[in-house]
Amino acid sequence: MTNSTEIELTKPPRSQWKDVWDQFKTHKGALLGGVVFLAIIITVFLGPYVWTIDASTIDIRARNQGSSLAHPFGTDQLGRDTLARMIAGGQTSISVGLAAMVLALFLGSMIGVMAGFFKKLDGPLMRLTDLFLALPLLPLLLVMMLLFREPLNAAFGPETGIFILIVTAIGVTSWMPTARIVRGDVLALKEREFILAARSIGTKNSKIISRHILPNVLSPILVSATLGIANAIITESALSFLGLGFPPDFPTWGRLLYDATDYLQQFPERVFWPGIAISLTVLSVNYLGDGLRDALDPRVRGR
Amino acid sequence: MLHFTIRRLTLAVPTLLFISLIIFLLLELAPGDPMAQVPLTVPPEVKEKMREALGLGQPMHIRFWKWIVQFFWIEPQVMIDWIFHTNFSEGKLRVISWQTRSPVMDIVIQRLPQTLWVVGVAYVVGILIAIPIGIYSAYRQYSVFDQVGTFVSMIGYSVPPFFSGVFVIVIFSVNLGWFPSIYDTTHVVNDWDSFVVQLNQMIMPVMVLALQITAQISRFMRASMLDNLNQDFVRTARAKGLGERVVVMVHVLRNSMIPVVTVIALGIPSIFGGAIITEQVFKVNGIGQLLIGAIQANDLPMVQTLTFMFAVLIVLFNLIADVLYGILDPRIRYD
Repeated sequence: MTNSTEIELTKPPRSQWKDVWDQFKTHKGALLGGVVFLAIIITVFLGPYVWTIDASTIDIRARNQGSSLAHPFGTDQLGRDTLARMIAGGQTSISVGLAAMVLALFLGSMIGVMAGFFKKLDGPLMRLTDLFLALPLLPLLLVMMLLFREPLNAAFGPETGIFILIVTAIGVTSWMPTARIVRGDVLALKEREFILAARSIGTKNSKIISRHILPNVLSPILVSATLGIANAIITESALSFLGLGFPPDFPTWGRLLYDATDYLQQFPERVFWPGIAISLTVLSVNYLGDGLRDALDPRVRGR
Repeated sequence: MLHFTIRRLTLAVPTLLFISLIIFLLLELAPGDPMAQVPLTVPPEVKEKMREALGLGQPMHIRFWKWIVQFFWIEPQVMIDWIFHTNFSEGKLRVISWQTRSPVMDIVIQRLPQTLWVVGVAYVVGILIAIPIGIYSAYRQYSVFDQVGTFVSMIGYSVPPFFSGVFVIVIFSVNLGWFPSIYDTTHVVNDWDSFVVQLNQMIMPVMVLALQITAQISRFMRASMLDNLNQDFVRTARAKGLGERVVVMVHVLRNSMIPVVTVIALGIPSIFGGAIITEQVFKVNGIGQLLIGAIQANDLPMVQTLTFMFAVLIVLFNLIADVLYGILDPRIRYD
């Protein structure tokens, strides 16, 4: 009896994040998804140091080659190395995905917390959210690309300009689900005792939000972050595929797929590399999100 | 229920007006000049005349008001004239496309059947596949079938249509040569052979769209079935000695369909959006392709009308989903 309590006592205290990690580990798909996503990020961002061929070097004599030792993924119609272009394209696609996700999360959490915390803002902000949800997003994104491409090109140069435009456009049109989830959670949290306690000792609203509310809504935000990355990568690729994304000489996965469809009859394998890259990234992120949702939900974690 | 419907309908009007204003203002900022293609030799005063002929001369609010009148008042009149052979709309100015100089709605009416055929059939096929899959994976939760179903629907979520479409083109058109890769909209079905040709060209776009729809709806169906399978009324039904078939297919299924039906209604507008990409892949000249063409050609009235029509679809189907929810589930009362 005393022995067992002693063992209990000497056990190191478990932190919440260790519990989360233990639950996360039991979801094999999520673990694999996380590993694959990390591997993709590492390949894409450290790849240029290993595979040193420049993505934009044109070697017209080596055009339209199949896989070989010099060009494992072959070359395109201008003799550019497909592997190097895939790495460069992945950098853009994943950067766009991450940046757009951060923007959408920032907007969504801010609006969600505002709407949930301040009663006066709830009505107007939620009507705004409903309004955004009723907007036809893909057509509007296409229209935004059409309209703001040239002014931003002129201001920041073609690549940075389009990057800013795509990230802003995707971020501004995908914050609504996060805002709704966060608002719901904040509404419930606001009535809890620890908020009352904080208020009773005179904590300011801004401190209550940053110290007590935000850490407690972190888990829905994290889950919608993963979904946000997947959504942003697909949207960026779709825009590039419709010919309204990055300029033609600037590779992204969507753009590579779009260019490859012109040579569908002769070189069908060219379509697969970017297509598989997009699908694999999105699939791994979705599995990651699935596992995170289970791991961060204390009701599931207990079982 | 009627009160609720009417209240929602009146609320939809300002929402739609506001959305149309947003779209209008967005297009108003367009730097593209519709006169950019006019040769430099044309004198400026003629250019000014041409600009006015396109309705560009007036201030912003008047043009917005004109578009509202044209879209909500004159176009319905044209529709009535067309159906009943009256002449309410004679001599009135309609929304004119800058590309073709013909009324936008006429072109939309020409393009709509192609989209509706492909999207509509895909939606029906997707639902018909999704519902049995959802029922069976919930009934045998964590079985091999369920695991495979989860994986396939994850893939359906994750593989974007511009890849799955191109992928099936490579396999079935380029390598096997079974189906045509381009959808021929001029094809007329009048006998069995032409019907087979039509079927052949529809299979690929329909299946690509259906994969996505199936992925979403089968997940919802499964979750909804799982919610209901452990309810007390199911235990009661089993205790009464009802067969397993009746318990699942009648008691559980009917209750589980309530949220799924609303999800199906909510998904219809987003399918039209997704069809933009599928239409582009398979070269279907439906409204999605019309929108892309209009955006590239800087045809603002067309872009504005089409985008607004998508918004109308979303608002309309949100309303339908809310009302359906109330009708199907007697526990939900909005009053």
